[in-house]
Amino acid sequence: MTTTVTPPDAKPATQGPKRPRRPKSARAGGTLHGGPIAYAILIVFTLVSLFPLVWTAIAASRDNQRLAQTPPPFWFGSGLFDKLEIAWNDANLGEAFFNTTIVAGTSALTIVFLSTIAGFAFAKLRFRGRGALMLIVIGTMMVPPQLSVIPLYMMVAKLDWTDQLQAVILPSLVSAFGVFFMRQYLIQALPDEIIEAARVDGASSWRVVWHVVFPAARPAMAVLGMLTFVQTWNDFMWPFLVLTQMGNPTVQVAVAGLGRGYTPDQSLIMAGALLGTLPLLLVFAIFGKQIVGGIMQGAVKG
Amino acid sequence: MATRHDTTASPVKGGAAPGRPPEDAAAEKERRRREGLSRRWQRDIRWSPYAFVSPFFLLFVAFGLFPLIYTGWASLHQVELTAPTDMNWVGLRNYTRIFDDEFFWNAAKNTLTIGIISTVPQLLMAMGIAHILNYKLRASTFFRVAMLAPYATSIAAASLVFVLLFGRDYGMINWGLDAVGINPVDWQNDKWPSQFAVSTIIIWRWTGYNALIYLAAMQAIPQDLYESAALDGANRWQQFIHVTLPALRPTILFTVVVSTIGASQVFGEPLLFDANKGTSGGAEHQFQTLGLYLYEQGWVAQHLGRASAIAWTMFLILIVIGIVNYVISRRLRASS
Repeated sequence: MTTTVTPPDAKPATQGPKRPRRPKSARAGGTLHGGPIAYAILIVFTLVSLFPLVWTAIAASRDNQRLAQTPPPFWFGSGLFDKLEIAWNDANLGEAFFNTTIVAGTSALTIVFLSTIAGFAFAKLRFRGRGALMLIVIGTMMVPPQLSVIPLYMMVAKLDWTDQLQAVILPSLVSAFGVFFMRQYLIQALPDEIIEAARVDGASSWRVVWHVVFPAARPAMAVLGMLTFVQTWNDFMWPFLVLTQMGNPTVQVAVAGLGRGYTPDQSLIMAGALLGTLPLLLVFAIFGKQIVGGIMQGAVKG
Repeated sequence: MATRHDTTASPVKGGAAPGRPPEDAAAEKERRRREGLSRRWQRDIRWSPYAFVSPFFLLFVAFGLFPLIYTGWASLHQVELTAPTDMNWVGLRNYTRIFDDEFFWNAAKNTLTIGIISTVPQLLMAMGIAHILNYKLRASTFFRVAMLAPYATSIAAASLVFVLLFGRDYGMINWGLDAVGINPVDWQNDKWPSQFAVSTIIIWRWTGYNALIYLAAMQAIPQDLYESAALDGANRWQQFIHVTLPALRPTILFTVVVSTIGASQVFGEPLLFDANKGTSGGAEHQFQTLGLYLYEQGWVAQHLGRASAIAWTMFLILIVIGIVNYVISRRLRASS
């Protein structure tokens, strides 16, 4: 499998000034302007994308009597902030946010660091076994996480780590995707001449990493960090197995727990779901452009 | 990758030019120092790549490879959740037990059908959206970010919202169907509607993400290909079929493989979609997936050995799918 990275701002081939006019159909892809139909389709998809999120807030702002009527509510009621407060306290969300921040932060920082140095080695250093090891990295992306759940659970039980955050953090530190992503980025973004120059100046490998690789990789490190953070924040199965709601829940475990009573309070559940999603949506609203660019850079191509 | 150079050709030797006799003790000392440096340098060049990749592999062995093998070992034993370290050898009995269990086959079928009705529309829509996003558009960044918003939503939050939207009596979707004269559907208790609803959550979360991956690949297709296709008289649809699709084939294969792996592991959506808050995927197991069946056997029935056998069976199925994928892509490549 040969792979390349899209240049950060891949533009269609620029056309020289003296080029003859081509028929309109020739200007396919990036240079064709979207018509009304394109906008209409995009707007419909955007509404479908955003509607469940907006409706979470609407449902959280209504009481249960109103939710159990037809037609369902389409606009906000007055109870949003009360419900958010109750959900916050009931689900112990303050602690859950704190736990999840620690879990997601630790694994994002570690994965970014380890993936960058490993990705650098795979991208730019020559060593025996490189091809085989890289194949193993790609292969590990195929191993389903459910295979590891049972022995990891046994390990955690044996170490008495149930309900402890390290039980969630440690298995989340392996990211074959991260290594692969950084390798793809560094192949292009790091000119060999700079490494050679640093070498000639007598820099050791660690100095090269510190003074050359890290600065060059900073944009990709930021994107990988954000993607990892989002993924760990949203992770459900493993935290659900090792953490209980009573001790150190992550946000996902706490939110899922809101729906588990005998007479579940629907609007309270929606308030919890909204609170669990809000921080990441804010991150996306602020860094959306960079994250989108990052996903597009890391995409696999032939 | 044609333009790649490897940088670690030969280290610069630190002035230890051979064949020149040392002039005095100081120069001799200097020469030794430099030789030492050079040796350390070579050691550095030689071993630092391994130092850089070893943390990943150590973690992988501990949290990837070891569990993989251990799960296989545990699947040959009787292990209870209450005493996970007491293992009694039972050979292949766990496998025969689950293969005799009608709920295993039911879960396998559900995983397959949910996988198909979530993955196929998802990737087709993603392809269409990517194609549109590839036009020159106003506010294209806004559209891209908005379509990625579901990706930022957790399975837990999304599933809980969709449970309400798909409610039988007061859910918005049945209300909308009623408004156009269609009878309400029991989205949680009927087999196909419930599977459709579970798939909807997956489609909603992942379509935008896949669209961005396709878009990235589309933007890397050289314009000349479209130009020469147009000169040959290809219309836009033909250009899409004969230029875009072939160029995207590796990306499509990648998304198919990733989505297949994802679909084989569906767990959170059916767990949270269950009205009875159970682990059986509905009262009649109508949307129990293999992931949920594994959880039920391991953590509710407390048979970790049997759950391990399910996990390994899933792994073997994935390997078979991977081989089929590989063969199909080889065929496609050979035929073009």
